[in-house]
Amino acid sequence: MAMPSTSLEHSMGLKPGEVATGTTIMAVEFDGGVVLGADSRTSTGTYVANRVSDKLTALHHHIYCCRSGSAADTQALADYVRYFLASHAIDLGRTPAVYTAAKLMSTLIYRNKDNLLAGVIIGGWDPKDGGQVYTVTLGGTLQRQKFSIGGSGSTYIYGHVDEAFKENMTREECQNFVKKAISHAMARDGSSGGVIRMVTIDKSGVSREFIPGDKLPYGP
Amino acid sequence: MSSTGAGYDVSPTTFSPDGRLFQVEYAGKAVENSGTAIGLKCKDGVILAVENLMLSKLLVSNSNRRTYNVGSHISIAVAGLVSDGRQVVNRAREEAENYKDNYGSDMPPTILADRLAQFVHYFTLNYSLRPFGASVLIAGHDAFTDSIELNVIEPSGVAYKFFGAALGKGRQGAKTEIEKLKLTETTCDDAVKEMAKILHKLHDESKDKPFELEMAWVTAANGYKAQRVPRDIV
Repeated sequence: MAMPSTSLEHSMGLKPGEVATGTTIMAVEFDGGVVLGADSRTSTGTYVANRVSDKLTALHHHIYCCRSGSAADTQALADYVRYFLASHAIDLGRTPAVYTAAKLMSTLIYRNKDNLLAGVIIGGWDPKDGGQVYTVTLGGTLQRQKFSIGGSGSTYIYGHVDEAFKENMTREECQNFVKKAISHAMARDGSSGGVIRMVTIDKSGVSREFIPGDKLPYGP
Repeated sequence: MSSTGAGYDVSPTTFSPDGRLFQVEYAGKAVENSGTAIGLKCKDGVILAVENLMLSKLLVSNSNRRTYNVGSHISIAVAGLVSDGRQVVNRAREEAENYKDNYGSDMPPTILADRLAQFVHYFTLNYSLRPFGASVLIAGHDAFTDSIELNVIEPSGVAYKFFGAALGKGRQGAKTEIEKLKLTETTCDDAVKEMAKILHKLHDESKDKPFELEMAWVTAANGYKAQRVPRDIV
């Protein structure tokens, strides 16, 4: 059932009735691993279609992505990358490189950029290069970063993260960095909110954390 | 040969009553009659060496090569019909390029060997095709696992992984010589001399045509870049 289209949806480049993850997402590298985080709001215009959505999607055992933009587009992209990575891992007989996941994602986005609205952050761990964060922009540019923020909410926290980010943070410091930054974005951005979901990946595996909306480090 | 002929050797798609594919076996013969090619996996790299037989004294030296680079970190040596082998090499270059385009990293040599084996095997399945009269030695480095590898593909389309391998006319003698070496302790610089010795030893000056020694390696000292062993060393 198509929602009535609003000017906001059009200004975001969405088709009428399309659901956007008006979002705050981020990922940070630490020595030996990576932390990914996201808010949980999915909206159609001003209506919150889902207040507990999961924007952290597994691509492989040790590789996840944070999705922003069109929910449909990014889900489909993640499905494709997950499928390609699974068959690639069987070919290799070992775990694939994080860069391979990022490369597959960027190629898909670049080749279809006229029909997609997708901003994705890929984070994961592999035995060669450890924890890694890669950003894929709307246009399909791929770059590795020490940390990355994305989605509509990220615009409110650039000043904060540039100030708060330190080199060589520990796993716990990175987790707190992510929690605090996303909380601030959720407080200011109307299209971000709900709860924070966080995934930490290192050699030993993947652990998830859930921060309820009334337990955020910053909020109204 | 026991059941040569009898109509079972004209197509690679027909089995003989005792379960053999003669066309594939004949392709193997083409490899056995070629100049010797050997490959060694040493402590710090992989080396390929071929006895490149000179068909005529008028040939320009080093003009008809039998070793080829594939991508930046894989080297291939051909034994058998060089023209057939080059078909495999061209395919290898295509595969390596596509792999890097798709996945963003250099193709692991063993994956390349598997893909090439599929390619070679395909030519044993169709009555309108003939098997390749060539085997290839693949030397390469896998950057992800930081391991070196030596693979061999036969005309039947099987791929093997070796510590040391020999193909062509002098393969039997070469294998016994290779078995005497302590490969895990030998460096590439030393192995180059051993391999040259082996090829010269197996070459019969009186019977065989004169040859040029051609070598290629993928070594730690060169950052595992595939390259021909410099002329002054050979």
